Amino acid sequence: MATRQAPLMPESVLQSDVLEVNLGPQHPSTHGVFRMIASLDGETIVKLKPCFGYMHRNHEQIAEGITYIASFPYTDRLDYLCSMTNNFGLAVAIEKLGGIPISERGEYIRVIMAELTRLVNHTAVTGFLLNDMGAFGTPLLYAFREREKILDLFESASGSRMMCNYIRPGGVREDVTDAWLDRARGIVREYPRFLDEFEKLLRDNEIVRQRTQNVGVLPKDLAVSASITGPMLRATGVNYDIRKVDGYSIYPRFNFKVPLGSIGDVFDRYYVRVLEMRESLKILEQALKDIPKTSPHLSPKGQAMGKAPRTFKPAKGEAYGRIESPKGELGFFLVSDGTPRPYRYHVRAPSFINLTILEDMCLGHKVADAIVILGSVDIVLGEVDR
Amino acid sequence: MSAENSVAPAESISRERSASSSGNDARLGQRTTPLGLGVIQGMLITLRQFTGTYPVGRWLLRLLRLDKGDGLVTISYPEVKQQHDERFRYFPFLVYDGTKDNLRCVACRICEQECPPQCIHIVMQKDEKGSPVKAHGRTLPKTFDIDVSICMSCRICVDVCPFDAIEMDNTYEHANYARGREMVMDKDRLLKSNEYFQKIKPSESAVVDARMGAKKAKEDAAAAAAAAPKPAAPGAPEAKV
Repeated sequence: MATRQAPLMPESVLQSDVLEVNLGPQHPSTHGVFRMIASLDGETIVKLKPCFGYMHRNHEQIAEGITYIASFPYTDRLDYLCSMTNNFGLAVAIEKLGGIPISERGEYIRVIMAELTRLVNHTAVTGFLLNDMGAFGTPLLYAFREREKILDLFESASGSRMMCNYIRPGGVREDVTDAWLDRARGIVREYPRFLDEFEKLLRDNEIVRQRTQNVGVLPKDLAVSASITGPMLRATGVNYDIRKVDGYSIYPRFNFKVPLGSIGDVFDRYYVRVLEMRESLKILEQALKDIPKTSPHLSPKGQAMGKAPRTFKPAKGEAYGRIESPKGELGFFLVSDGTPRPYRYHVRAPSFINLTILEDMCLGHKVADAIVILGSVDIVLGEVDR
Repeated sequence: MSAENSVAPAESISRERSASSSGNDARLGQRTTPLGLGVIQGMLITLRQFTGTYPVGRWLLRLLRLDKGDGLVTISYPEVKQQHDERFRYFPFLVYDGTKDNLRCVACRICEQECPPQCIHIVMQKDEKGSPVKAHGRTLPKTFDIDVSICMSCRICVDVCPFDAIEMDNTYEHANYARGREMVMDKDRLLKSNEYFQKIKPSESAVVDARMGAKKAKEDAAAAAAAAPKPAAPGAPEAKV
């Protein structure tokens, strides 16, 4: 900007050198139907307006018209890469609202599913990030190959690969078998091999470092004041992980660290996710070792709530249940008026809130960097637009 | 809410500071290979993966004592079909015991109301006077339609059904050229026998059969109890059933 020639006319009168470009809404690098209106000075971004809502499906309003349990399939479709954690978040909120006790084995199965989901999400997003950088296909397909193995596990436990609809208030829908647990142990044992290779493939790559280091730096105080959560916040060095802060479910029983970045650029965000996957594997190892044999009230047919779902009427009141989803703080706010349907249902979607800061990270960078920065935010438009 | 938020993180940071060592380092992910070799190292991995997808390449990798990897993981779909797990679900079907008219569904319309995308449509069988027709001691549906193009395979209908009348099937090839009636599965196409259910989902059907058996035994006992004391105590509440 400094090297630019002095304008012939004052900028307030004529801005002929700023070009407005639409990135999206239908472009593969925008991860769905998302539009960025970028004002360019040459190739440098001087203004960027994120524009979303193209995939708005009225999730919250629909959920207010149906029973609590019928909302679960819709939460699968929020962040369709991590349906298990979405189910988990709603289940936590409903348990808080209705005071439902949770079975011990159910808690373990939930934690196992949530951490497997974290592996799925972080593996996929790393692949997508490289895809955005121009490493077309190869790293993404390596990532997807590993992801498929975990999706097979999900299918075997819940019946569906992505739209699991598995975690229920009070536990999970169906118990997992011992053979399933052995398969999960096998995958947890094999996963570090893939992580090592994936890290070797990318971490020291000079082009990856050039494209990611000191690009899209998010300052610590700005991240906190914009209520950014998840790996994006931890990449700036703020130690805030709801698994530690709230200690919800049975997370306090497990021994794991919270990886922190220091600079808050794209590389830190990528690398924090890689380290988080290693910590997830630690949790999985412990959970798969300690899981109790007994399975009280994990009966099939959705009766994990202790009574038939149709008759579940929580007392008047409100509850906010939050969990650390792979993308950040996923919260469900429910208000009950004593009927089987929620009076108010609100989703605090991490993708949406993490996206609001996009302009501040992109200013002064090139157009190609904006795509990489967007990729490092890790958005799923199903959750942004709801 | 705000008080909780302001206190909890600070507490956790102090708890975490000792555990997390990476917080104060200059930069995560320090380079371990000399400059210029990072790209080449990555390309060697790609080469090894590529070699591992061919039989000759796998033999070569074994000879060189290198990691063979997973090899080729894809299948050619229409010729080769993936083996799905027992719990795999795609589309619901109606269960009948023995003959087709002995279906378990009583047209109570709970699934129709609960279905999140509203793809089920049920009309109860009624005679000309408007009172429900009964077969095998139960009411039954006149029409029972599920739209394949709307159904999202969520299994809520199975969860809410109090009679175990609807279960999830594992057939998934429902693609069609037409969009209208062809995609709507009517009662005849939805009806499948309990033996079929036992075949595709052995463990789930065992649970359902046990529950149905217990229910039937209870009903029989109630009927027997209702039949026996009838002359003695006609005003007893069981006798009204």
